[in-house]
Amino acid sequence: MDISLQQVSYAYAKDTPFEKRALYDVDLLIPSGSYQAIIGHTGSGKSTVLQHLNALLKPTEGVIRIGSTEVVAAKKNKKLREIRQKVGIVFQFPEHQLFDETVLKDIMFGPMNFGVPEEEARQRAIELVRLLGLPEEVMEKSPFDLSGGQMRRVAIAGVLAMNPEVLVLDEPTAGLDPRGRKEIMELFYRLHQEKGLTTVLVTHSMEDAARYADRIAIMHNGQCVLQGIPQEIFSDEDRLMDYRLELPQSIKFQKKLEEMMGKKLSTLCLTEETLAEELARLMKKEREI
Amino acid sequence: MLEKMIFGRYIPGDSFIHRLDARAKLIFVFLFIMVVFIANNWITYGILLVFTFLIIRLSKIRLYFLINGLKPVVFLIIFTFLLHLIFTREGSIIFEWKFIKIYEEGLKQGIFISIRFTVLVVLTSILTLTTTPISITDALETLLNPLKKWKLPVHELALMMSISLRFIPTLMDETDKIMKAQMARGSDMTTGSMKERMNAIVPLLIPLFVSAFKRAEDLATAMEVRGYKGGEGRTRYRKLEWATRDTLIILSLVVLAAILVYFRK
Repeated sequence: MDISLQQVSYAYAKDTPFEKRALYDVDLLIPSGSYQAIIGHTGSGKSTVLQHLNALLKPTEGVIRIGSTEVVAAKKNKKLREIRQKVGIVFQFPEHQLFDETVLKDIMFGPMNFGVPEEEARQRAIELVRLLGLPEEVMEKSPFDLSGGQMRRVAIAGVLAMNPEVLVLDEPTAGLDPRGRKEIMELFYRLHQEKGLTTVLVTHSMEDAARYADRIAIMHNGQCVLQGIPQEIFSDEDRLMDYRLELPQSIKFQKKLEEMMGKKLSTLCLTEETLAEELARLMKKEREI
Repeated sequence: MLEKMIFGRYIPGDSFIHRLDARAKLIFVFLFIMVVFIANNWITYGILLVFTFLIIRLSKIRLYFLINGLKPVVFLIIFTFLLHLIFTREGSIIFEWKFIKIYEEGLKQGIFISIRFTVLVVLTSILTLTTTPISITDALETLLNPLKKWKLPVHELALMMSISLRFIPTLMDETDKIMKAQMARGSDMTTGSMKERMNAIVPLLIPLFVSAFKRAEDLATAMEVRGYKGGEGRTRYRKLEWATRDTLIILSLVVLAAILVYFRK
């Protein structure tokens, strides 16, 4: 399911003294099956874009196409339900949405809202508890008795349980410890690859964007200023600096190293692993000479 | 959708009303509530409307915005209007359909009460829209200070009030966020039957309460670590200053009251 934004503008609290423009003429195409990262400085409009992706916000100007459905400002849309089932959003600090008596019931809330029979919803919930690496005994516990990290996983499970075709993630690992961070990001990546889940990641972390995304869009002051594959995006440091963004650690390291050695590596190393491989190859070559 | 609510919000500005001393504004609103009850015929209610309109102009708040923000109250106004319309049985009958009889007096009362309601709501909103919550609390604290003699915890009350005012927008944002998260999970409180909507409120209220309690605890801790120990010996950074214009605005109310008394039946 492709999602496209065409000339989308949005203003919060329109027609009041608090009116605030958040987006200006944003064009963005998220093809089906891609892993799209949206990066940008705080207040750049990332989260506003994200809420448009399943019509929680409607553009004040412009058009959004979600699959075959068109969302425009004026029209009331009867297909919103369908859109929301197909596009799952994991909000920032999703554990704030937990409410039900038990973990299982909370995970089942989403699918049952979309008319999935109770038994099937329960099956999905049980599978997801396992998939997310939660201990089995939490299933019948109250979500409020869990640790922060566990709550986050339950909340993510609650979104995955709807079997969305598109998964939208807003800083899904903010406030987690490094290990939990990695586990959850790897899980999303696995789902993206195995199930062909279209994934949209809104993040501050250049490392995550470089590692997982196959397309990156940069937001700055409510505009989508740059789009492309990670290799392109991260090859122009000055431009990134203009948008108050940094290079991923591995590329920073690579740049310093290249400067010291006076030599260039053959590719831009988006992850530590490629960096290590490149270095190994280089050292091997030197030894042969 | 919640962003349109204007209660408890402050719009920065530099109008005549903005510059008034918060104490003057509080006293003004308090007296105004009593003055409103003097009105009892078309002329006096008309005068009240004109007076309110003048105050709105003086505050330089856009009329459109004010009306838009008052939409939530409109329901209440219509409800009281209908109550008066249907249940007052005086004067001549002006409309009759099956068992519904509408009397002249009922229509009149309904309109009067609606005007009274609107005028009160508009003026109290203008108070909060043009005064920072902090100065309202300061004003309240100074005004209530004499009651300390009777062991009324004035400072604590003022603090409670300022904290609740301060957290209205925060809780609104929070509500909006949770609402969106649950909407994304297919729960919808804006459509569907009454029962469905009621059911959709639970997933909103529980997280909201949980986070409000958490916030309260965090706030208490934060205040304690910064050495807060009540109002005793606490000095003020902002001083309230009573100017001529403050006396004037109170006097305008006295004039209004006099005019109303003169024209009432």
